Amino acid sequence: MVTSSTSPTKEQVFTWLDEVKDPEIPVLSLVDLGVITEVEVSEGTVTISMTPTFVGCPALEHMKTEVIQVLQKNGIPHPLVNINLKQSWSSDRITERGREALKKFGYAPPPSTAFIQNDLDILEHAVCPRCNGTHTEMRSPFGPTLCRSLHYCYDCREAFEQFKPL
Amino acid sequence: MKEHALKDLLFRMADDLLILGHRNSEWTGLGPLLEEDIAFSSMAQDKIGQSLALYKLLHEVGEAAPDPLAFTRPATQFKNCQLVELPNDEYDFSLVRHFLFDTADALRWEALTKSAYEPLAQLARKVRGELRYHTLHANTWMKQLGSATVESKQRLQQSLDRLAPYALGMFETTSFEQAIIENKIFPGEKTLFEQWHLQVNQVLSVAGLESPDWTSCKPVNGGRHGIHSTHLAPLLAEMTAVFSIDPNAEW
Repeated sequence: MVTSSTSPTKEQVFTWLDEVKDPEIPVLSLVDLGVITEVEVSEGTVTISMTPTFVGCPALEHMKTEVIQVLQKNGIPHPLVNINLKQSWSSDRITERGREALKKFGYAPPPSTAFIQNDLDILEHAVCPRCNGTHTEMRSPFGPTLCRSLHYCYDCREAFEQFKPL
Repeated sequence: MKEHALKDLLFRMADDLLILGHRNSEWTGLGPLLEEDIAFSSMAQDKIGQSLALYKLLHEVGEAAPDPLAFTRPATQFKNCQLVELPNDEYDFSLVRHFLFDTADALRWEALTKSAYEPLAQLARKVRGELRYHTLHANTWMKQLGSATVESKQRLQQSLDRLAPYALGMFETTSFEQAIIENKIFPGEKTLFEQWHLQVNQVLSVAGLESPDWTSCKPVNGGRHGIHSTHLAPLLAEMTAVFSIDPNAEW
């Protein structure tokens, strides 16, 4: 328990939030996932804005609870967490560190959405996160969660998942 | 008038998505392939999530909270088109419905990104990306099965011919249509139909299927005014079973 009479800095808050991971991908923090869109610090309290990856994402409430708990643990008794769509989430918001974490965990990071404006063909050519092979095929645009698609690599003959570009 | 017009559009959209989301979820555990089982379940999750977002917008303009809106209204107060309430039948039927509905839904959300009602435009800018995966899925299977076997082609064509009049019911207008267009909330059902039938025909032609004659086909209307087939009431009874027993239950 840390108590302080002065307000934390934004940077401090981001460091605290680094502890909160995506419940489905325990190596990826919410900050690196890009769902924290705003942090405001004023008069000893903290206001966080969050946005969902997919509108129907069932993990959002759980993430919100964890964010509140982490802030309370760090001496902010009544943090405010708003969920809104003012800054809409895109897979382009995933940080470089987040992309690395995804790949290490076995998920292909999403290609830039600049390539998918009119065409989802790019999904067919995911790079295998295990062997970096490009001889791959998309098996289904829908995977175990809304944000992942199913692929197969003909180079290493393993199935894999890609974090969908959105 | 403007607010009534907005609510009318939001209810039609939210109810379409909730009911089709429920139908999609009925494929969970029963899909013809594991991937299709997952696809229909994922689309169910997307659609129910999107309907929740729309019910929240309704709540913000004075309607009841999302759960009571979804779970306590009788069938006569639901504004979904009849297309979405029809039972799943076999896979070909569900697939063709998914194709017809989601082609329209993707175009609808795209148009809504420019809505004068900013909260709806904000939601639309989010949802349109999600819809790309639904139309990709539908188009891929329509094209593959349209040229797979004699049976697969025949099944798709039969389902298409059965569903065509119901699909036209998606574009049924209400007394608020003019106000919706004038207030720039949405460009209107007629504009949507024009875009939709061209896009549908284009995919059907690649799939080697025959496009229905949309101008001579008689639409099955009524849904937008609360008139439904016999299939909606049993669906609502099942969907609301837990809520009716215990409105405070968590699951």
